[in-house]
Amino acid sequence: MPAPAVARARAQVAGPNDRNTAGLRRDSLFERVALATLSAPALLLVLITMVAPVAWLFALSFLGDDGSLSLEHYRRMIEQPSYGRTFVTTFKVSLLTTGLCILAGYPLAYVLSQLPGRAANLCLIAVLLPFWTSLLVRTYAWLVLLQRKGLINTWGLQLGWWDEPLALVHNLTGTLIGMVHIMLPFLVLPLLGAMRAIDKDYLNAAANLGASPTRAFWSVFFPLSMPGLLAGTLIVFILCLGFYVTPAVLGGGKVIMVSNHIANDIELFFNWGAASALGVVLLVLTLLFLGLASKLLRLEKVLGGGH
Amino acid sequence: MRWLNEAASATQITHAKRLWLYAIAAIVLAFLIVPTLIVIPMSFSASQYLEFPPREWSLRWYRSYFASSAWMQATATSFQAGALTTLLATPLGTLAAYGLFVSKFRWAHLIHVLLITPLIVPVILVAIAVFYVYVKLKLVNSLTGIVLAHSMLAVPLVIMIVTSALKSYDMNQEMVARSLGASRVKAFISVTLPQIRFAVISGALLAFLTSFDEVILSMFVSGGSNSTLTRNMFNALRDQIDPTIAAISTLMIVVTTLLLALAQVFGKARPP
Repeated sequence: MPAPAVARARAQVAGPNDRNTAGLRRDSLFERVALATLSAPALLLVLITMVAPVAWLFALSFLGDDGSLSLEHYRRMIEQPSYGRTFVTTFKVSLLTTGLCILAGYPLAYVLSQLPGRAANLCLIAVLLPFWTSLLVRTYAWLVLLQRKGLINTWGLQLGWWDEPLALVHNLTGTLIGMVHIMLPFLVLPLLGAMRAIDKDYLNAAANLGASPTRAFWSVFFPLSMPGLLAGTLIVFILCLGFYVTPAVLGGGKVIMVSNHIANDIELFFNWGAASALGVVLLVLTLLFLGLASKLLRLEKVLGGGH
Repeated sequence: MRWLNEAASATQITHAKRLWLYAIAAIVLAFLIVPTLIVIPMSFSASQYLEFPPREWSLRWYRSYFASSAWMQATATSFQAGALTTLLATPLGTLAAYGLFVSKFRWAHLIHVLLITPLIVPVILVAIAVFYVYVKLKLVNSLTGIVLAHSMLAVPLVIMIVTSALKSYDMNQEMVARSLGASRVKAFISVTLPQIRFAVISGALLAFLTSFDEVILSMFVSGGSNSTLTRNMFNALRDQIDPTIAAISTLMIVVTTLLLALAQVFGKARPP
């Protein structure tokens, strides 16, 4: 076929073809949108029951008692010492809980990571059991164990370990015990994942090169487990910031964290503005630490670590 | 006791030299399990006072639970709310997870993040915000209100579980079904859904437990004749310790264990 004929034929074929691609593109866009629409009911639910109400409270926190735009609720937070105390308590309790979780959780995760399969799985069920048990059931259990006439005091007195009943609950001690119990699995699970991924050959190599077991642990194993430890630590700390039930029950009104302060503002004083402002601050703090966490780790890992 | 002198790890340390480590791990494990389990024998105690082991056994706390109309009503509310939340959150979450995973729509990722936010925002803030809006919508103390709020908390969990299952599923199988003439809906129902079944069932279970165990939203949003079990328990714990709660706690442990066992039985992937 002569060259011009070929070109003409091509042009003829290209015409409808272009129309075809345009049509296909339109169809594919339509399908993309149609598929995304499957999420609409869920999106609607979250928008109506969470995003809109929280946005409403956000706006409310900037309105004064007379309904005009004002920062009085935020100013009150700085001026009134009770708010300062709440924030100090929140950070103190969160840091102590996180620290205690690391101290208790690291050795446990370490031993679990080295147990043979079946034994490890059995112990893992033990870690997951409290994870699945209702928060209130566990809080009740600690109340039973720790109170003045509770089991621990009864046993301690009978065995002569101490002469006066110890104040183990309705204070900071009780709150910390309850919170560590709840948060421990959140630290152990990501940590265990990281530890299991460590190649044993590195430790073999360290031993071969003459490192003592202690040295091999601190200069090889520990640094390699850091990402898991960091993920666990951050998720525990962030979750601690928003705790409500445990301090309310085991703290006996003496441990007032931000969440408890918010609830009090509503239940006792009906002060929506103050509660909203405090809620906004709590949200900002949470997002701040979450942002830090996602800088250090992959966000999905942080969110997925606990579930 | 020869194993004591054998190497415990690649670093050649012997078991004997790290018995202290095993002791710590055992203590921490006991700390995790024992408090929950101790509730069970205590619920069968005949005494008004807490003692362990109980000197006399009886079912009086179970009788007092089943005889109390307030506890019975709260239990019924909790089961209803849990069941309805499961029925609402599981299909919503599964549809959203599938749609957003398959669609290459530009905003799909943004929608996904938005749907996960209920996991991030502190529950107390959500609770007072929902309470504020419910007062205006007259939904406070209604079953509808509880179910909507609990579903909002459960949907992100379902989405996360189903999405992670879709990630390990080979989407080409669905393409094959469609090239053989199945519509997208048919391909999803007969090819994809059976293979992500385990995730959907786990999601449904988690949705039920989320609602059944939820305290803070229930505190604000439920009440009156639609008070949930957790709300009543929380109030009882703040006032005084009534051993009836030990009986209720034991029953709650049984419900959780049963659900987990059911998920194991029905959720197992089909052999190929």
